[in-house]
Amino acid sequence: MVAKRVGMLVLVLAALCAFWEGFKWFGESTGLALGSFEVNDRTLPHIHDIIGQLFEPSRTNGPMLIEVLWDAALFTAKEAAVGFVLGASIGFALGVVLAHSRLLQRGLLPYIVASQTVPILAIAPMVVVWMGGRGFPDWFSVSVISAFLTFFPVTINTLRGLTSADPRALELMQSYASGKWAILWKLRVPTALPYLFAAFKIAATASVVGAIIGELPASIQDGLGGAILNFNQYYATTPTSLWATNLIAALLGITFFLIVVAVERIVVRRAPEHVA
Amino acid sequence: MSGTSVVSLERVSKEFGAGGVRALEGIDLQIREREFISLIGPSGCGKSTLLRIVGDLIQPSSGRVVVNGKTPHQARLDRDYGIVFQDAVLFDWRTVAKNISLPLEMVGWDRAKRAERVNELVELVELTGFESHHPWQLSGGMQQRVSIARALSFNPPLLLMDEPFGALDEMTRERLNLELLRIWEASGSTVIFVTHSIAEAVFLSTRVVVMSPRPGRIVGVVGVDLPQPRTADTREEPGFADLIREVRHLLRRGGGFDVEEPTPTGEEDFIAAEEALD
Repeated sequence: MVAKRVGMLVLVLAALCAFWEGFKWFGESTGLALGSFEVNDRTLPHIHDIIGQLFEPSRTNGPMLIEVLWDAALFTAKEAAVGFVLGASIGFALGVVLAHSRLLQRGLLPYIVASQTVPILAIAPMVVVWMGGRGFPDWFSVSVISAFLTFFPVTINTLRGLTSADPRALELMQSYASGKWAILWKLRVPTALPYLFAAFKIAATASVVGAIIGELPASIQDGLGGAILNFNQYYATTPTSLWATNLIAALLGITFFLIVVAVERIVVRRAPEHVA
Repeated sequence: MSGTSVVSLERVSKEFGAGGVRALEGIDLQIREREFISLIGPSGCGKSTLLRIVGDLIQPSSGRVVVNGKTPHQARLDRDYGIVFQDAVLFDWRTVAKNISLPLEMVGWDRAKRAERVNELVELVELTGFESHHPWQLSGGMQQRVSIARALSFNPPLLLMDEPFGALDEMTRERLNLELLRIWEASGSTVIFVTHSIAEAVFLSTRVVVMSPRPGRIVGVVGVDLPQPRTADTREEPGFADLIREVRHLLRRGGGFDVEEPTPTGEEDFIAAEEALD
């Protein structure tokens, strides 16, 4: 079972690498150009060059790129983790409130949906200025921006999960003369857990994206967003640095996702056929 | 009717929707302490609705309901009801023991007291050794026994059962029927039991309430004077077949004969009985 999984993982990874290199070889040997996009070492570096770049010095006599990116990833991870916890908590609380009041649901839900249509880049500078003016560190402003992306799926799925309890189970709870609070924690929340974790998985990757994007207007240099902005300027000379940074950012997102999956395994006890 | 009524229904009616379907009309019924009452009738006769009205899960449109000298609402708040549905409705994320102790958590018992009571109940429904299993690891019959143990956990004076064995196979059902009677004897509860099966109703009950559909009415009440305690041999008693015939006749008169016929009594017998009664 585990061997099968690992085998599949390696197979897909190999296939992706083969596609990348195959496309590069095909593009270069036929002189393929899609508009101004010409396939060459600058637009599409070799995979081994990207990996190799990680172990080159990031600047003259500086530390290796992977060390720089490791520190940047940790910094961004902190912002994203705080953003995730903040967003998930607010999202859950909002879902609980909406699930208990049809009136609030009708009144607030349209604006909650509308909040997600606002481009994050448009509000990020405002958040940084506003939070900074109140003495919060810049990285925390980034966390707030990240939370703005993560609360939404959690709210929607909390609402859906809390209202999906078996009506007869609700009748049973009523027959025990249970209060709203007891019904929430002993029935509604456990019923909602699979929905919640589906949302947490979306929110986990969104929190990383939110943190990276949030770093740009906050002009934070210490995270992956700062690194992307920095290596973007040197793309013409060392494109592999930017690609390597992207690789690390992707790995960070995957790590967040896997942490949620691991917690779900521990927390959600359900009949085997319900476990994804 | 003598003796104190546990449940008293007077001219109870229920309509669904504005001027909509009349589910129940003019229901009068007195249920005494320690009785085992079956409600039987075809689909749409309102027997489950009646059970829910007694249990304060829905409100009657008119009429008076008194439970243990209180309103059903007060009775619910006093935890006078134990409810069992056709499906066990167990909480998947809780073990057998924790499912049974759920109502006790609501009542506010401490951990030690809960554990003691759960042990008693697990023994009563013969599930010793399955305490730490999860519901999905149990058969349908075992799940329903957990659900019964949960309903009995805080010793409710009134047990409301809505076709609890309807989804089980015949053999499991007969075994659970006997178990239920044993539990009823031991617990001293009054039982209201909704069923589709004539034989089950006669076998279990002290009285069978026969209902007719559209609107739901009581056609008649059959007193079951078979000796107590009932055993597997009760089904062989001569009186058993007579009582089944009587219930069936009432069902026929009520215009609802689309119920299960699990007994060997033939159609000829039924027609003969009907002619004799006419």
